[in-house]
Amino acid sequence: MNAAVADRVRKVPGSRERAGDRLFRLIITAFAGIILFAAAALAWQLTRESLGTWKAFGASFLWTSTWDPVNDVFGALPFLYGTAVSSILALLIAVPLGVGAAVFLTELAPKNVAEGLMFAIELLAAVPSVILGLMGIFILVPAMRWAGAPYGVGMLTAGLILALMILPYITTITREVLLTVPRPLKEAMYALGATRWEVVRGVSLPFARSGIIGAVFLSLGRALGETMAVTMVIGNTPRIDFNVLQPGYSMAAVIANELAEAASDAHLSALVAIGLALMGVTVVVNGAARLMIYRLGKRA
Amino acid sequence: MNRTLSLIALLIAAPAAAQMKTLNGAGATFPYPIYSKWFDEYHKVKPDLQINYQSIGSGGGIRQVTERTVDFGASDGPMTTQQQFKVDGKILHIPTVLGAVVPAYNLKDVADLKLSGPVLADIYLGKITRWTDPAIAQLNADAKLPDAAITVVHRSDGSGTTYCFVDYLSKVSAEWKKKVGLATAVNWPVGLGGKGNEGVAGLVKGTPNSLGYIELIYAKQNDIAYASVQNKAGKFIKASVDGVTAAAASAKMPKDFKVSITDAPGEAAYPISTFTWLLIYEKNTGDKGPVLKDFLKWMLKDGQAMTAALGYAPLPLSVNQMVSQAIEVIK
Repeated sequence: MNAAVADRVRKVPGSRERAGDRLFRLIITAFAGIILFAAAALAWQLTRESLGTWKAFGASFLWTSTWDPVNDVFGALPFLYGTAVSSILALLIAVPLGVGAAVFLTELAPKNVAEGLMFAIELLAAVPSVILGLMGIFILVPAMRWAGAPYGVGMLTAGLILALMILPYITTITREVLLTVPRPLKEAMYALGATRWEVVRGVSLPFARSGIIGAVFLSLGRALGETMAVTMVIGNTPRIDFNVLQPGYSMAAVIANELAEAASDAHLSALVAIGLALMGVTVVVNGAARLMIYRLGKRA
Repeated sequence: MNRTLSLIALLIAAPAAAQMKTLNGAGATFPYPIYSKWFDEYHKVKPDLQINYQSIGSGGGIRQVTERTVDFGASDGPMTTQQQFKVDGKILHIPTVLGAVVPAYNLKDVADLKLSGPVLADIYLGKITRWTDPAIAQLNADAKLPDAAITVVHRSDGSGTTYCFVDYLSKVSAEWKKKVGLATAVNWPVGLGGKGNEGVAGLVKGTPNSLGYIELIYAKQNDIAYASVQNKAGKFIKASVDGVTAAAASAKMPKDFKVSITDAPGEAAYPISTFTWLLIYEKNTGDKGPVLKDFLKWMLKDGQAMTAALGYAPLPLSVNQMVSQAIEVIK
């Protein structure tokens, strides 16, 4: 039956439609090509504009920590460190919260409550980051200072703002994945006398694992690149301090801060080099996510 | 039908027939409020001329002028010889207004803090770390200084405000000049970074016992307490439009107008003051030269009268006259 229909579709239209098909394929291939072209052009442009920095400092640009625009000495380590630490802090806070919230929404909450909460969560995802940054300055920073942080601004404050920012992503995606867990599996567990916790731990979460990991890495990508909210609360001090209450700096923040006034070629080139490094970090993170999801898929 | 069509054609053609001229400029953010006011007012005087200005920052202004993608630029710091060398043709620095940078502080019990250049430099170098340091106490004998650490705040974004502030520190402290130097963004020995005047002001307001630097206009508009600074003549001056103009008048003006007026010698001069400049090509394409020259003439006369309302200091008369002569070479 299906084969017969397919056959008819192929035969009846005649040569004119086939030309149309070819044109259609050409157009959508071009659309897909544009994405690849844009990514390649971006990498090429960033590399070209930052050549000066790579020539002057080589790979040591990535592990030295002096940032001195006056004497044109540049090292990106404090920014790499700040980006990594603030994003990891954000994940540590947001992942348990987000997954927990998603479990609550799918397994425990009454339907109308879940819908109301989902609406609020989607609203949170739509808040522009500069608004969250302002909230950070006016509420979170004084709160942190009140709680005993020396300045209020700092790495942990940035992590908290980022956590708030990625929480809706993790919650929404995890909920969608949890909703796809087959009902019979869960019902079978309940029939065996399992508690709710055992069902969530033994069936729902393992089933949804690759989806959750996808959500986590998508959020990490967002946290790594976040600029405005971070620069408003991180303290903008290019120093490596293992105390998360101390101020730090991030890669996206230094670009946003210094690009407009970078008058010397070396300074500009160093900022673009940071951009290239940031792109590299995101590519590695996304690659790792793909690999992890692929491996998990194979094991299942 | 035909009549409607011709009417539409007429409507489309009409603005083109009026020959609207446009000039495009880009650069410093500090003078943006007064520049947009000027361009707006000048458009009323000359309705067929539209001047567009993008406040992308001094560094961006210098870059765009170098690449000739704009008709004029603007900068809070003069171009270096090396930067000017890269421009095809000669660039004139035209001073337009003046601004000042003030040390804003947050001390609960101190109404009028006094600071000197060397003390400011040592605080920003991290050598003076507490408010009770003898160097500060000596300047403020009758003030109740807290026995607390100084939280130092600076700009995190590159800015003309930073340039003016560190230009002053470089003049009053040899150690600052050697260790840190002078640019729109520097390698700060200590302190937190805030983005923009609002970022620094926010940190200072929110952090007890902190000290930062912001534009005078911003401090005034937002009622932020700022310290008096001891000038070269030994007087403590609280920044004001008059003090800034006094600094400009007491400085010796070179022919190219590229002068730093920080640490100016006059009795009433406020020491952390600066000019801001328009960057104009000496030779322009088409009839843009005369158009720009007309605008500059208007700026020196009618434009200067609008400065005080927005908190900027106008050019001193002597400088105004020098500029009027200098713009004659624009073609």
